[in-house]
Amino acid sequence: MFHIPIPRGNSMELKRPRTVAAALAGLGLAVTLTGCGGGSIQNATSESDTKCDDDLNVAINPWVGYEADAHVLGYVAENRLGCKVNYKDLDEQVSWKGFGSGEVDVVVENWGHPELQKKYMADQGGDGSAVDFGSTGNEGVIGWYVPPWMAEKYPDITDWKNLNKYASLFKTTESGDKGTLYDGDPGFVTNDEALVSNLKLDYKVVYAGSETALIEAFRDAEKNKKPMLGYFYEPQWFLSEVPLVKVDLPEYKDGCDADAAKVACDYPVYDLNKVVSKEFADSKSPAVDLVKNFTWTNEDQNLVAKYIAEDQMDPDEAAKKWVDDNQDKVDAWLKD
Amino acid sequence: MSTSTLERPAAGGGTHRDPELSGSPALATLRRHWRAASLLGVLVVWVVAWAIFKDQYTLVIGGSARTPVFDWLGDRSAWVEQAASNGSNPFINLAGAIADLVDSVFGWLQSLFTVAHFPRPLPQIGWLGTIAVAALVAYAAAGWRTLALVVPCFLAFGVLGYWNDAVDLLIVTFFAVVVSCLVGIAIGVLMAHSRRVSAFVTPILDVMQTMPPFVYLLPMSILFGIGPAAAVMMTLIYAAPPVIRITAHGIRSVSGPVIEATDSLGQTGLQRLWNVELPMAKRTIIAGINQTMMAALSMATIAAYIDSPGLGQPVLDGLKRGQLGTSFVAGIAIVIMAVMLDRSMTAAGFRAELAARAGERGGPFRRVGLAVATVGTLVALYLSHNYIWANEFPAQPDLGTPLRNAVDRFGEWLRTDLSHLTDGIQRGFTDYGLNPIQSLFADSPWFVTAAAILAIAAVVGGRRAAVATVLCLGMILGLGLWNHAMETLTACIVATVAVVVLAVVLGVLMGRSNRVDVGLRPILDMGQTLPPFVYLVPILILFGPNRFTAMLAGVVYAAPVAIKLVADGIRAVSPNTIEAAEMAGSSTWQMITKVQLPMARSSVLLATNQGLLYVLSMVVIGGMAGAGALGFDVVTGFRQSSAVGRGLAAGITIVLIGIMLDRITTYGAQRASATSPDSRA
Repeated sequence: MFHIPIPRGNSMELKRPRTVAAALAGLGLAVTLTGCGGGSIQNATSESDTKCDDDLNVAINPWVGYEADAHVLGYVAENRLGCKVNYKDLDEQVSWKGFGSGEVDVVVENWGHPELQKKYMADQGGDGSAVDFGSTGNEGVIGWYVPPWMAEKYPDITDWKNLNKYASLFKTTESGDKGTLYDGDPGFVTNDEALVSNLKLDYKVVYAGSETALIEAFRDAEKNKKPMLGYFYEPQWFLSEVPLVKVDLPEYKDGCDADAAKVACDYPVYDLNKVVSKEFADSKSPAVDLVKNFTWTNEDQNLVAKYIAEDQMDPDEAAKKWVDDNQDKVDAWLKD
Repeated sequence: MSTSTLERPAAGGGTHRDPELSGSPALATLRRHWRAASLLGVLVVWVVAWAIFKDQYTLVIGGSARTPVFDWLGDRSAWVEQAASNGSNPFINLAGAIADLVDSVFGWLQSLFTVAHFPRPLPQIGWLGTIAVAALVAYAAAGWRTLALVVPCFLAFGVLGYWNDAVDLLIVTFFAVVVSCLVGIAIGVLMAHSRRVSAFVTPILDVMQTMPPFVYLLPMSILFGIGPAAAVMMTLIYAAPPVIRITAHGIRSVSGPVIEATDSLGQTGLQRLWNVELPMAKRTIIAGINQTMMAALSMATIAAYIDSPGLGQPVLDGLKRGQLGTSFVAGIAIVIMAVMLDRSMTAAGFRAELAARAGERGGPFRRVGLAVATVGTLVALYLSHNYIWANEFPAQPDLGTPLRNAVDRFGEWLRTDLSHLTDGIQRGFTDYGLNPIQSLFADSPWFVTAAAILAIAAVVGGRRAAVATVLCLGMILGLGLWNHAMETLTACIVATVAVVVLAVVLGVLMGRSNRVDVGLRPILDMGQTLPPFVYLVPILILFGPNRFTAMLAGVVYAAPVAIKLVADGIRAVSPNTIEAAEMAGSSTWQMITKVQLPMARSSVLLATNQGLLYVLSMVVIGGMAGAGALGFDVVTGFRQSSAVGRGLAAGITIVLIGIMLDRITTYGAQRASATSPDSRA
């Protein structure tokens, strides 16, 4: 039986014999009460399907698209493989560090991060605690965006060559006499300062400082028809609320971003991938194959992200809804 | 909450004023004018130098620039990480061992209250048992009034939809506070008895309180792993200083004659501590514990960045998902918890005092009450352990969802109907207020700005302030973020001016009218305990990402403390003085400007000092709302492994700015009080 702990602060009272007697009487009363109550707590009967011995530790990096991936993966691991899944709200940097200590098994959506690869992946000269587990099927696009009303009113604004023409529209208190190019979270991949100077644009990079700030600014820009140019990325749930329009920068060619200070081309399309810990990759957990096989499309992710962000569903319910609607895709992940 | 329980002690800890008055009033007036004239002189020279040398030697560095100092700091961090992963350093291994211990005890507590452990589908004790235990503790420690407060608060956590998160946060807070007290009271006692210990510990406490928590997020997760232990340690760093400082203060102020009298009975030092000093300082120490608890709660959101369990997580979820309502509801739960803990602790303090005086544990009524409560608790525990309805908090009634929706609608209204009106305010203020001042600080050559700050420090705070300023500015220069430091300093000073103006206006209104006081105080309490992220978003909606938004958030955060300090100061002016002034026929305006404010001068000065430090502690959050400068550097250091060194440098720079401003205002306040005439009525 389980022992009922009594807060230490009150042990003094319990030493009094009368109180103890009263307490016992109370307990007796409670025991007799149990006779007539329903809904008592039963221990789970031992699971026949105990393929999954270890907990699956999934890092949750701080953006909603990532959450969508993680919870769908976790939901399948929990309900189809019987794994216990722990979600850990962590930054990229801290997550990767957790591979080595066994605190994190899986990062489900990785955007490049060459500096972390160098530190933790064996083939990049790192300590080998991180292993690339293949594409998620999502394509990551980074770029500069304007709100839809601007693209409509100034159709040629989507070509970078015309940006200087419109610079005065984007003047804010933060950029002096130049136009403002808003950047978001300092953790996101960006070459924008170098781009602005190498493309000789009459703009200043202003750090909105967080994704929240950037999204609120774009909402405001569309709603109140204010000019705004800012860094953004796909797949992103917010694009289904406000379909921002991408500005074309000089086309990306292999190696054109090799020297960070001299970049003068668009961002490459990122093949978003899964990264797992060496320990997990070598383990016998049935979740290993699941993580390896997990792929879906940008539309899939956007849909689940929309459930979470706009429809305010609990991430697990959102995952359940998508999994129920897409059994065939899920089955494909579970095939050996 | 009363001011005394929520205000953070000044970073310098040196806010006591010398009561000595200088010679004659005439001399004092002369000196005051001399000071104002010199300040004006400094300003004129500064502006002239700025006009001539503008934009030269400003020490601007690029956003991704690296310096040897950054690299060195980054290497230190990498070294610690290396040592932590290969276990080569005994100290770091010790940290690992502590982390394992904390994690396992924490895991056990969670299995009792919030987390189901296989094969049991629910935690050992669900909501009914938890509430019963809390009620019993509240009743035993503080009486039935507190019980009547604690139970509805706990029910509110559940009805708002955050039962588990709330209990998790309570566990984290409980842990951090217990450890803070065990270690902190001991250190406080040592500090009270030894000047040398005091001199050694005080600057460490200053750093602990001014260092932005974002700076030690990463080191903590390296040392203590990812999990509750790191969260508890994070919280500990920020929360321990108040109880240490206040314990030391409490023991120091135990009256000399009492100690002499008991010493004459031939007691040992330990006996004196145990039988005389600790009991006599009990009330003060409890106030210290209370402040530590509030500080611990205020870390909830930041600690959630490294997966600390608790209410911080839904606040960040709301932020991440662009859901104003989600953050708000979780934030309100934190406010409720803060109010509950604050009031209970204060009541427990009273009770301890009463019990000590009466020497007994209360009459038969209380004994019967305790017995009944104990029995009830046991029954509740039993039910909670065995029945689902008493274990899992019921999904209905649900207050969280309607509240969330209402707040979301409010956000939508701000966006559509107000947002376009607010641009002018932001623009006007930035162009004509902030930009010129920032240009003076940041666009002057560094040596001009440094000389001007030093001159002002010397005039305001005297020799000691000047020495501190030289040291701090020197180190800021060495760390290599001079230009960002000046931008941040400007924003802090401007925001503090706004805070002081607000504090004087609202503080006077509150001090003079009970009705205003009663109406405003709950709002101020809420402003102090609501996580800043919660009101950051509405401000962002209104004003967009920029320095103005960040400063406004800082003002909202700092104003409540300052307002309360001024209000209490006004209230403390002796009624006799007021009466005398009324008899002399002063008008209301004269009463305020010639009597009440001058007499509450030390409160206004203290409010300035606290306002500065509170504003400074919002710099990092400001960096996430478009303020750039040091705050942004700190966040970058946490988010990008290539910028760890820069983040550390920015964090240390913020500490140095804090210590410098604290010393200037503290010594300045001491001198101002020393030279102010007693009364000018």
